Amino acid sequence: MTREDIIKTVNSALAEEFEVEENALDPEANIKETLSLDSLSLVDLVALIQQTYKVKIPVSDLPSIQTFNNLYDYIEAHLPK
Amino acid sequence: MEKKVVITGMGIWSCIGQTLDDVRDALYTGKSGIIFSQERKDLGFRSALCAHLEQPDLKPFVSRSLRQFMPEEAQYAYMATKQALENANLDQDYLDAHEVGIIYGNDSVAEATMHALDKFREFKDTSACGSGAIFQSMNSTVTMNLACAFKLRGINLTASGACASGSHAVGLASLLIRNGLQDCVICGGAQEANLYSVASFDGINAFSLRENEPTKASRPFDRDRDGLVPGGGAATLILESYEHAVKRGAPILAEVVSWGFSGNGAHISTPNVAGPARSLELCLKNGNILPKEIGYVNAHATSTHAGDGKEALAIAQIFGDYKVPVTSTKGQTGHEMWMAGASELIYSVLMMKNDFIAGNLNFENPDEETACINIVPETREVHFDMFLSNSFGFGGTNSTIIVRNIDSNH
Repeated sequence: MTREDIIKTVNSALAEEFEVEENALDPEANIKETLSLDSLSLVDLVALIQQTYKVKIPVSDLPSIQTFNNLYDYIEAHLPK
Repeated sequence: MEKKVVITGMGIWSCIGQTLDDVRDALYTGKSGIIFSQERKDLGFRSALCAHLEQPDLKPFVSRSLRQFMPEEAQYAYMATKQALENANLDQDYLDAHEVGIIYGNDSVAEATMHALDKFREFKDTSACGSGAIFQSMNSTVTMNLACAFKLRGINLTASGACASGSHAVGLASLLIRNGLQDCVICGGAQEANLYSVASFDGINAFSLRENEPTKASRPFDRDRDGLVPGGGAATLILESYEHAVKRGAPILAEVVSWGFSGNGAHISTPNVAGPARSLELCLKNGNILPKEIGYVNAHATSTHAGDGKEALAIAQIFGDYKVPVTSTKGQTGHEMWMAGASELIYSVLMMKNDFIAGNLNFENPDEETACINIVPETREVHFDMFLSNSFGFGGTNSTIIVRNIDSNH
């Protein structure tokens, strides 16, 4: 899966799950602010990524994922080979 | 001093309508909400009969952050409550400025629990359940969600009393208001209508097998009844003290005169006569009401052999020579279970306010036990000013409520 594929599918899944417009997802924007995530809905983000890509984001790694680009990077780096 | 308790608003999401006007018309014309579900048959149900329920769209009203906590039954309850609040002229500004409570009947969260645990087992990870799972899969999901959605600051409680849950919720709410502990309480009952919620119920051979005639399958009190048909949805009533209702200029529909209840103290699923009879007796006594003052009895009768017969005997025992008109609306709706005690109050209030008794759908012939009461087979135009509503449940839990008409020019 290319990075473009990841961006496309992640944005599509996030837009549907969190009910935002896909074109509102700026790669450098803050994820929590853009998607209006609180501590509970952050769990849904983790579950969504896990169920879509089989990539588990441990709680300890969450602070390093601030922007959408951080999220794409993380998935790209941890996708099952 | 005890306060008079009145009903000032009603709302419903049921298989025979999602507005009070539609439900009134459906009751009058004897519309059935029962269908055959091929999906249930294909999945291995013994009986594929069920109520057909429209699915509400809450997106225009509730944010995603709150909707994710709401299973099907909470969504039905939201729609019913929104309608009841509007019917009672209670807006969000009023709810924000006053202490309003909520007591709702609910006794299962099967689908939400199943989905959450399926995810957990598939991914071997608890976070895979998602953030909504815990709130969706607690039995108090309806009251916790509605209290947050409508920002309620009074009593916040779920009543679980099997198929009498909705009735117990209304009874408890009336008790709090009668004793001055709350001025206004939103109450009702909700029932998930998905197939998972009743799979195990189907497994104990409790459902009708009349699959070739779905609309004739639920036939309370009829000689040829062969089991109940599962239904669902939600029903909400707004209860408040008379003085509170008058003070805010609320539309007053009826008075909750009294609540009676009892336990059978016997078998978990087989009812008896003594338990229900004591519930009726206590309700009449608590309201200082004579049997002959009751113009209509909305029976619990679910279309099972054991239950309907015992209830008929209990009614006959309490009412004696007075042949009070009796029907069960479950012929039209199927058994709405946790919702039934509340929805049937609404059905009965609609009949009382519109001067008719909805005929007991599919009642054609009595059997030896049901012949002892006056079952109304066809819709009858008649004025009555007081009714009694029965709800009974597994474990031998019984609840009875008496409601009196209040003229709109009170």
